Amino acid sequence: MENFTPLTATIGGVLIGLSATLLWAFNGRTAGVSTIFGAMFPRSPGDVAWRLAFLVGLPLGAGLGAAYGPDLFAELPDALPEVGLGPVALVAAGLLVGVGTRLGNGCTSGHGICGLARLSPRSFVAVGTFFATAVATVFVMRHVL
Amino acid sequence: MRRSVIAIAAAFGSGIIFGLGLAIARMIDPQKVRDFLDFAAIPDGGWDPSLAFVMGGGVLVAFVGLRLNRVLARPIVAPAFQTTAKTRIDSRLVGGAAIFGIGWGLSGFCPAPAIANLGIVPQSVMLFVAAMLAGSWLTGEIAEWARKPMTPKPQAVAG
Repeated sequence: MENFTPLTATIGGVLIGLSATLLWAFNGRTAGVSTIFGAMFPRSPGDVAWRLAFLVGLPLGAGLGAAYGPDLFAELPDALPEVGLGPVALVAAGLLVGVGTRLGNGCTSGHGICGLARLSPRSFVAVGTFFATAVATVFVMRHVL
Repeated sequence: MRRSVIAIAAAFGSGIIFGLGLAIARMIDPQKVRDFLDFAAIPDGGWDPSLAFVMGGGVLVAFVGLRLNRVLARPIVAPAFQTTAKTRIDSRLVGGAAIFGIGWGLSGFCPAPAIANLGIVPQSVMLFVAAMLAGSWLTGEIAEWARKPMTPKPQAVAG
């Protein structure tokens, strides 16, 4: 477990929980990123502005964290993330994530963080399912192929 | 300041804090995400449990935060708290989650980290984000089309 980073993982998780709290307290909305992103063409135009604002803030915050995080926490590597997939596989994975999260009404944030925190039975089923197929996929990719 | 401006600022701030959290937790790194999903690496010590701590920290804070509607009559700058009315566990939920998990395992990206990486390595994730948007949009359109009742076309009257 040489890459295990419990301190920054917990701090990062707490920040994500605070982000969800802020959006709930001020806007009364769930911080479900696939829904915020996937419903960019909503049937109610009143929802476009806050969604765009969230989606602009997300990469900005990540850019800040990637730039200054390694100076604050010794366990954080200073390397850029590497995708490690060719364009065809990347597009296929993107399509699967887009279709799956839209059909299942949520992803790791909406079902994973917010739904579990709300003790929603639908979210427990969704989280169990997507973790199971993700673990199976990684197993096939790393240990079978 | 106008309510609508504060609402947009709050969503912007929420996005920034979310992105900051993903970067600090290093969940922006698809390799690290897959190192968690690789349960077969547990026996030889190559497993990285970090993602469980991210989920744990996030759920704990949200467990309290998402219960603020019990003390607030309404959101600070919005008319009402909005949650889904869906309670049914159906094949759409399970099938969708299963499809999502395959794409997540394949790439190491779920939606938030992929979008977050537009602020770090945009050229590496652009294709993924575009495909994700296309998949979501197409699914939404098909679902909308399937939901509409089949209305027979009015018959043209001969004569």
